[in-house]
Amino acid sequence: MSRVLLIADHDGKTLNTGIARTVACARQLGNVHVAVFHAPDGDAPCAAAAKLDGVSRVLSVRHEANGAPLAAVLAPQIARLAAEHEGGYDYVLAPSTTFGKDVLPRVAALLGVPQVSDLMEVIDARTFKRPIYAGNVITTVKVPEGIPVLATVRIASFQAVGEAGEAPIVAAQAEAELPTHSRYLGLAESGGSDRPDLQSAPRVVAGGRGVGSKENFEIIFKLADRIGAAVGASRAAVDAGYVPNDMQVGQTGKIIAPDLYIAIGISGAIQHMTGIKDAGCIVAINKDGDAPIFEAADFGLVGDLFTLLPELEKALDAAG
Amino acid sequence: MKILVGIKRVIDYNVRVQVNREGTGVVKDGVKMSINPFDEIAVEEALRMKERGEAEEVVVVSVGPEAAQQQLRTALAMGADRAVLYQAEEEIQPLAAARALLQIVQAEDAGLVLLGKQAIDDDANQVGQMLAALWDRPQATFVSKLERSGDTLKAMREVDAGLENIEVDLPAVVTVDLRLNEPRFVKMPDIMKAKRKPLDIKPFAELGVEMPPQLEVGAHEPPPKRQGGTKVESVAALVQALKDKGVL
Ligand SMILES: Cc1cc2nc3c(=O)[nH]c(=O)nc-3n(C[C@H](O)[C@H](O)[C@H](O)COP(=O)(O)OP(=O)(O)OC[C@H]3O[C@@H](n4cnc5c(N)ncnc54)[C@H](O)[C@@H]3O)c2cc1C
Ligand SMILES: Cc1cc2nc3c(=O)[nH]c(=O)nc-3n(C[C@H](O)[C@H](O)[C@H](O)COP(=O)(O)OP(=O)(O)OC[C@H]3O[C@@H](n4cnc5c(N)ncnc54)[C@H](O)[C@@H]3O)c2cc1C
Repeated sequence: MSRVLLIADHDGKTLNTGIARTVACARQLGNVHVAVFHAPDGDAPCAAAAKLDGVSRVLSVRHEANGAPLAAVLAPQIARLAAEHEGGYDYVLAPSTTFGKDVLPRVAALLGVPQVSDLMEVIDARTFKRPIYAGNVITTVKVPEGIPVLATVRIASFQAVGEAGEAPIVAAQAEAELPTHSRYLGLAESGGSDRPDLQSAPRVVAGGRGVGSKENFEIIFKLADRIGAAVGASRAAVDAGYVPNDMQVGQTGKIIAPDLYIAIGISGAIQHMTGIKDAGCIVAINKDGDAPIFEAADFGLVGDLFTLLPELEKALDAAG
Repeated sequence: MKILVGIKRVIDYNVRVQVNREGTGVVKDGVKMSINPFDEIAVEEALRMKERGEAEEVVVVSVGPEAAQQQLRTALAMGADRAVLYQAEEEIQPLAAARALLQIVQAEDAGLVLLGKQAIDDDANQVGQMLAALWDRPQATFVSKLERSGDTLKAMREVDAGLENIEVDLPAVVTVDLRLNEPRFVKMPDIMKAKRKPLDIKPFAELGVEMPPQLEVGAHEPPPKRQGGTKVESVAALVQALKDKGVL
């Protein structure tokens, strides 16, 4: 059976929710080992990874330098593990989160092999589908024989696996010469809210330029809290400073697949739509009946958001 | 310090890209081509650093078809000092592009390489990271703020959790995100001036790049189409529809 190494994305405390989805892809390819690179006091994500169905082993790679997500520090260790741990791995996968996108190409270059970005479907052991042109085109790529397959996995394309697993956690060594030319200074700003996580929430309410201001965005938050949803935004809303960048949905933001996506005051540019293609149900509220978002929306409501949202909240209260 | 900026010629971001009839690629005939939007931001950042006295020269390079000269001319019109095109009509995948850039970076003795965080055609998001690995230098990817002080750069990165700060020693590779800056508009006299700036065209083979294993690119197809387009008349109808669908 093929051997798959999956690189965990975590913050030292919790495992990124995208890992459960990446495992769903990984287990189609072989026997899955999840590697958690962490600082001596940051091994909590190992236990979370061990619970994921389909994981057969968790490799805990502990090092002082592994407390920060620096690609230049992690890539040589990952390359070492990928090439040599118990004879090496056939696959090295990472979620296509900003962490995975940052680190995996660096590993690929060290190993001298190509990388498949945003793997969305497994056709066979070496053949995969991936989106290009902001998801307007799907292409099939084949990795040549004789080299390991490196891929970032488009997490929105896979359903999270369950959490009934009990994989063993074993310490692993990945000795490599670590550079000192890169230093992590910390998070400058984060959404840091109690709201559900945008990437895994079943419901998302998102606002665009039509919302008009940072103050007005409160009505988006209010609706989101009313239905227990995460909050997203278009690039225009982020650029205008209504909300922080980690809320951006789309080609250059987050790619998400909630059961319900409510887009408010968002026109539906292709770069935005690529981020929500896999949503179960899309609702659009926009005052322009010809806005492109209505073509993709399952349910469109034409009108002014400042009148419709209060009405919607009342209707939700009435419906209970 | 010399700054090298990578430029890729791509289909303009406003074009609705379509798969060709044979399903072997996308329709490119008569389609507007532009500088990859991220690369325009990279050029702008390089120019601002030069204007602040943090760099002496801005060199733009592209590995690509002969026609990529147009995009290099645009970068020259923005203010870059000179351009080099390594002409390759065949497909150059990210690792090969990174190996090519490594040769160029070393030949030019660049102190900073600015690239886009992704090219909007392949959306690969790989070249900068690969170049940094091959060069054995730091990478700062998805950067939305960049400050140089002496031999170090402080970079603010757009990550899933928000904004992250890192510090790297020069030389380094930086890949830029959209919010780093607003590229300047090119004026007519700049376009005229750019015509007289040096633009060297050299064969790709001259770089002596050892070609890595390549992905075999197969069928191209349009994505599955969403069945949308239904409108509801009122908020009450919307709530009912969502209840019926079981999503509320
Ligand atoms: C390389 C590149 C990458 C990009 N990546 C992304 C990305 O990741 N995500 C993203 O979102 N965009 C991205 N964009 C930008 C994208 O092209 C659009 O500019 C952006 O999505 C527009 O945001 P918007 O819909 O909020 O604004 P607009 O297009 O301005 O739409 C605002 C909408 O609000 C409606 N409206 C206004 N007032 C009201 C009201 N009172 N009530 C109801 N409706 C109202 C209007 O009718 C309009 O349809 C990218 C662009 C480029 C070039
Ligand atoms: C002539 C030609 C035709 C091609 N035709 C196709 C095709 O039909 N279908 C297909 O799938 N692929 C094609 N490719 C391959 C595709 O361009 C490569 O995958 C690409 O060089 C690297 O991937 P990317 O642009 O997505 O990289 P990314 O990692 O997304 O790019 C990041 C950044 O790297 C820099 N960069 C990337 N490539 C270059 C370059 N060539 N020169 C200078 N800077 C660069 C830019 O600054 C860019 O913003 C072609 C390439 C060439 C040169």
